[in-house]
Amino acid sequence: MIALLLRDLRLAFRSGGGFGLGLAFFLLVAVLVPLGVGPDPATLARIAPGILWVAALLACLLSLDRIFALDFEDGSLDLLATAPIPLEGVVAVKALAHWLVTGLALTLLSPVLALLMNLPLAGYGWLMASLVLGTPALSVIGAFGAALTVGIKRGGLLLSLIVLPMYVPTLIFGAEVVRRGALGLDPATPLLLLAGITAGAAALLPFAAAAAIRVTLR
Amino acid sequence: MSIWDYANPKRFMETSGKILPWVSGLALFTLVGALIWGFFFTPDDYKQGSTVKIIYLHVPAAFWAVSAWFMMLVASLIWLIRRHHVSALSARAAAPVGLTFTLIGLVTGAIWGQPMWGTWWAWDPRLTSFLILGLFYLGYIALWEAIDDADTAADLTSVLCIVGSVFAVLSRYAVLFWSQGLHQGASLSMDAKENVADVFAYPLWTAIGGFGLLFVTLVLLRTRTEIRNRRMQALLARERMAA
Amino acid sequence: MIPDLGKYENVVLSAYGASILLLVALVALTLWRSARVRRALEAVEARKGRSDG
Repeated sequence: MIALLLRDLRLAFRSGGGFGLGLAFFLLVAVLVPLGVGPDPATLARIAPGILWVAALLACLLSLDRIFALDFEDGSLDLLATAPIPLEGVVAVKALAHWLVTGLALTLLSPVLALLMNLPLAGYGWLMASLVLGTPALSVIGAFGAALTVGIKRGGLLLSLIVLPMYVPTLIFGAEVVRRGALGLDPATPLLLLAGITAGAAALLPFAAAAAIRVTLR
Repeated sequence: MSIWDYANPKRFMETSGKILPWVSGLALFTLVGALIWGFFFTPDDYKQGSTVKIIYLHVPAAFWAVSAWFMMLVASLIWLIRRHHVSALSARAAAPVGLTFTLIGLVTGAIWGQPMWGTWWAWDPRLTSFLILGLFYLGYIALWEAIDDADTAADLTSVLCIVGSVFAVLSRYAVLFWSQGLHQGASLSMDAKENVADVFAYPLWTAIGGFGLLFVTLVLLRTRTEIRNRRMQALLARERMAA
Repeated sequence: MIPDLGKYENVVLSAYGASILLLVALVALTLWRSARVRRALEAVEARKGRSDG
């Protein structure tokens, strides 16, 4: 399984692997929103938690179809399905690889964006905490969506349609953590709910995703 | 004689064909009757004026929009466990009906809210949850359309329905949480089922019944169409192979 | 014939109008597709009948 993880990471970091793309997109949103909304610091500060989370969500979305599509096209997915590792494990590892390359990277870049969005200082730590706890859910849910659509040609848009509504709980709780943290309020409730969703998704969705892949490979 | 006998497509077609005229007639009678009753023969509400009449559309549509998804969930589970094609096809058949009811719920909710809130759209928790439900419906329908092989499509959409149901419930609670966080104090509740006077309740229940019968009628009709379609695809495939 | 809906006349009528429109569209599309598939199936079965029979 480690070998699979390293392989996927290497593929992601290669040129055309999409690593830089997600981060660049994340940054772009933080530049475009102030341009669209106006530079008023109070306004930006108020919408920063939500905007940062939506940007993270969209950036994660960008590289989802790569999780299985490449392996499906060249036949590696068939091999992985019959390998000694259970397919559920393969899904989990691929979701982990996706997270390392997108969610974790976004978390590390987020302070820069928080600066651009004029997030109050108190919110920085909570922003990173919420992203670290919430983006794994995005990767796992995304992997499930990718598994459903892997056999569909040009299924990228369908993938987004399927996955985005499932992102809503994570988005709501994640943004709320940052909002409360930035105001100095106690973010414990949304934080726990956010972590709970991630834990539940990570535990259960690999099974659903593996089932979907087996159906497609039949 | 159990309900599983109807899993046989031929038997389903025979039975549904026999009861369809009755069900559709009853649906038409009940629904039209309920709406006429509510529109013409009920008083205004002292708080909401004549807009209370929208309740006879909004509440039944919203109720059945959620129930339709639940029916699709059950049908999906039956397909995955017992592989009855009629079940999978009935889920496919129900989705556009559920989506349309969701749309009616959203439109009537927004229109009803306009005089109450002064805006054509408000992020009321109930309306927002319905919007999200509508998105789940769209994704489900789109997935059916995107896959060529019928059995693969049935399997994948069933998995989506099940996982989607979990997230739909999660979203409902997340949205409730979200709306309290932003608007301290509940927004105007449109759940007119609380403390609804009899004079409104009777036509309301009739309307709910009418919408329900309409749902059954349409799902029966659409499932029959799906069964015929499946048979036709099978025959066409055989033709192509023989050629 | 329409009862006095007072100042909310437009609101109530547009709600009813939109809903009825959506329901009619749904029923119409359902019936149309049903007829279309039925005709197509009959055509295919007729061809099959000729080649089998």
